[in-house]
Amino acid sequence: MKILVCMKQVPQKDAPLKLNESGTWIREDVSYEVNEPDAYALEEALRQKEKHSGEVVVITAGPPRAQQVLREALAKGADRAIHLEDNAFVGLDAFNLARALAAAIKDEKFDLIFTGLQSDDYGYAQTGVVLAELLGWPHATIIMQIEKNDTGIKVKRELEAGYFQFVDIPLPAVLTIQSGINKLRYATLIGIKQAKNKPLRKVALADVQSAIGSNLQKIERLYIPQKSKNTEFLDGPPAEIAKKLVDKLRNEVRVL
Amino acid sequence: MPETILVVVEQREGKLNRVSWETLTAGQAIAAEMSWTLEAAVAGSAVENLANEVAGKKVAKVHAIQSPKLDPYTADAFTTGLKQFITSRQPRLVLMPHTYQVRDFVPKLATAMGRAAITDCVGYKKDGAKLLFIRQMFQGKLAADVSFTSDTPWFVTFQNGAFRGDKVETASSPAPVETVNVDIPDNTIRNKPQEVFKEARQAVDLTQAEVIVAVGRGIKEQKNLEIAKQLAEALGAELAASRPICDSGWLPMDRQIGSSGQTVAPKLYLALGISGAIQHIVGMKGSRAIIAVNKDSEAPIFEIADYAIVGNLFDIVPPLIEEVKKVKAGT
Repeated sequence: MKILVCMKQVPQKDAPLKLNESGTWIREDVSYEVNEPDAYALEEALRQKEKHSGEVVVITAGPPRAQQVLREALAKGADRAIHLEDNAFVGLDAFNLARALAAAIKDEKFDLIFTGLQSDDYGYAQTGVVLAELLGWPHATIIMQIEKNDTGIKVKRELEAGYFQFVDIPLPAVLTIQSGINKLRYATLIGIKQAKNKPLRKVALADVQSAIGSNLQKIERLYIPQKSKNTEFLDGPPAEIAKKLVDKLRNEVRVL
Repeated sequence: MPETILVVVEQREGKLNRVSWETLTAGQAIAAEMSWTLEAAVAGSAVENLANEVAGKKVAKVHAIQSPKLDPYTADAFTTGLKQFITSRQPRLVLMPHTYQVRDFVPKLATAMGRAAITDCVGYKKDGAKLLFIRQMFQGKLAADVSFTSDTPWFVTFQNGAFRGDKVETASSPAPVETVNVDIPDNTIRNKPQEVFKEARQAVDLTQAEVIVAVGRGIKEQKNLEIAKQLAEALGAELAASRPICDSGWLPMDRQIGSSGQTVAPKLYLALGISGAIQHIVGMKGSRAIIAVNKDSEAPIFEIADYAIVGNLFDIVPPLIEEVKKVKAGT
């Protein structure tokens, strides 16, 4: 099976975020990491390849820093990488980003495309499904298990509140992968060495410009959310905080 | 219907998903503010009864969008059926709850119509003539006001709990119900879904717990769970966790709180090292009191906490256990 994994670089989970001057995006001087569900998507692709042979290709869109995500994926065992390299990709909406991805892979022939179920930055949970529609492929979202069968694949979809569902899907197809579908591997030293010689194709904004249009939605303003509650901050040395807290538990929350 | 809001409610196995009422409340509020008309729709194989149920609320009309192909749910059938209906009616705004089912087809539907969806919104505001939708970004650390720059119809989904379902206005007389049969050709549906099932009976029913001690990534290692267990024991609480902890196998999945786990509303929810990603918060924000301990002062969990402690949970929890034990022992 030939599998494409769409991966994204996002700010690190506990990175303090600052707004840019126009208040429409964050300042870019933060630490970045791979979007967590995308790491699970890559792991699942590597496992499918180990079972059924084939090829795992990773793709990302973003400025030069985003190449780190591809390097890590190659070190873990992906065969090659595609980098849509331009800062402008960060500002695309899901519709246009999917169009850019589709344009970048138009000469490829994949059986499966994986994405994480959503990104930790925008959190739209749309790009994978939009990409499927643009390609004319079937899709399934929030996947917890994938088995190849005679007609295509059988996947396990996660539904709300502990419910699941198996779905048979013909190939090619797009799947959005849920965190926790597998256990992530670490890159080995040999893997890291080998990654340096693996092919990485760069795609410039100009190469896909004709496929994309203006955004269909716009972030007018980004801001720190207003508090919905009057939060009381307790401070001091730990022993003092513990005393204050127990007092609250007795007299206000009344659970002691 | 040029100035119409269409709320597409969600049904499963002949019952309305109760988040549908929240979306209807949102629709009523926006309709009142913009002076637009509100209509509702429900899609399925035989949904006239459900349409009648919705018609009891304050809406101008309810559409029962029907085809045998709409049952069971597939993204292909829902996209084809709803696209037909929406194209013929041209509402300005289409609202849906941000459920797992809607997430599965809305991006496809919007794309098939060359339109955009602003998903997982928590509210809206009117800025002059402009309608803005508020959504959380960066895992809830920041919020954004987002506008449409495309032609209508605009697709918007609202997060579970964003509006009060019990505030939905009822009508003095029921709205007219119109059945719309949509045509979904045989070869449209490519996925073959099987029956929905529950993995195993849940061993722990966290919804009944009065006090919950929940741990997140901040616990760092599996062996550190011990201090959380001790605190839970001292408080007579159930131990729960955010998704990453259960994904790592440190606690069983039935102790997970959040959109893919259990939804709880205990008297006290004590969150240790939980940053408060949206998916977790939807499962516990109804708690009567929330105490959060987190080393990151910007963690979104503090937005909803009643008592906040910015600090290392490994410093705070041991003396807390001692203090709780003292009180329990009556000293």
